[in-house]
Amino acid sequence: MAKITFPVEASHIMMFARAIGDTNPVYHDAGAAKQSEVGGIIPPPTFMQAVAQFDPDYFLRPKPGQKWFGSGKGPTGLDEKPKSSGGLHAEQHYEYHLPVHAGDVLTAETKPGKTWERESKRAGKLSFRERVTEYRNQKGELVVTARSVSVTTERPVDQG
Amino acid sequence: MALKASALKVGDTHKERVAENLSRTQIVQYAGASGDYNPLHTDEVYTTQIAGYPSVFAHGMLTMGLTSKMLTNYVGPGRLTKFGVRFTNQVWPGDTLDATATVEAIRDEGGQKLVDLKLSTTNQDGKEVVTGSATARIDP
Repeated sequence: MAKITFPVEASHIMMFARAIGDTNPVYHDAGAAKQSEVGGIIPPPTFMQAVAQFDPDYFLRPKPGQKWFGSGKGPTGLDEKPKSSGGLHAEQHYEYHLPVHAGDVLTAETKPGKTWERESKRAGKLSFRERVTEYRNQKGELVVTARSVSVTTERPVDQG
Repeated sequence: MALKASALKVGDTHKERVAENLSRTQIVQYAGASGDYNPLHTDEVYTTQIAGYPSVFAHGMLTMGLTSKMLTNYVGPGRLTKFGVRFTNQVWPGDTLDATATVEAIRDEGGQKLVDLKLSTTNQDGKEVVTGSATARIDP
């Protein structure tokens, strides 16, 4: 998979922290962050997920001139109903090796991991897929390793 | 404010309410910030009529982010060395979530004190939506 350049920006961190309802000044107040132990604005622990913004081919973002599977005039913008309701997130794991600060420019490289299947009562056949992403800073140092497991279900998850 | 190993013991817990009556708007806000625009989270028409769910639901990563807020409030920002979760149930608009960390171990690794935590986030019905673990650097 291609490497993605991920500039870690203070305004993006502020918006991300707002979205999770986290008002800690280390995420939006440069002065307060500088005075604190972390020495400057840092991203919240799950911020690396926002690398999606910098992936030009990210499939869960509508793109100009392409049909989008969400609703428009009809309940889906595709000509045919999609076969699957798509993937769900099953697990997410992070290892934090070195600090990351606003202003760092990271490079993310994703490698496919294991795949496996399992039967479930609530959603039929489950197909799991693991991906490991390594984030390196502008000095080439490994700062964060992320491992995600996504699952595609045979049918929507039963809520009973 | 960092935790001190000398003031911690196995079994200690820290609990916070991390979402109250979760709004569709907050889910939209998370979609915009994270870049994950999957209509399952923001498009009620698609999600009910095409995907077959009763309503839109939160990104797993929003629930993990809400859980992380409790965690960084407890151990201090920039202190985590590991953080991992499993998404065990979906989170829906209107949900109220409580996140809890429980001290499982306090240990020493190359002169650095660490705390291992067990994590659980539950909804208003007591159903677990996230289960996980984390490790953080703490002061002596």
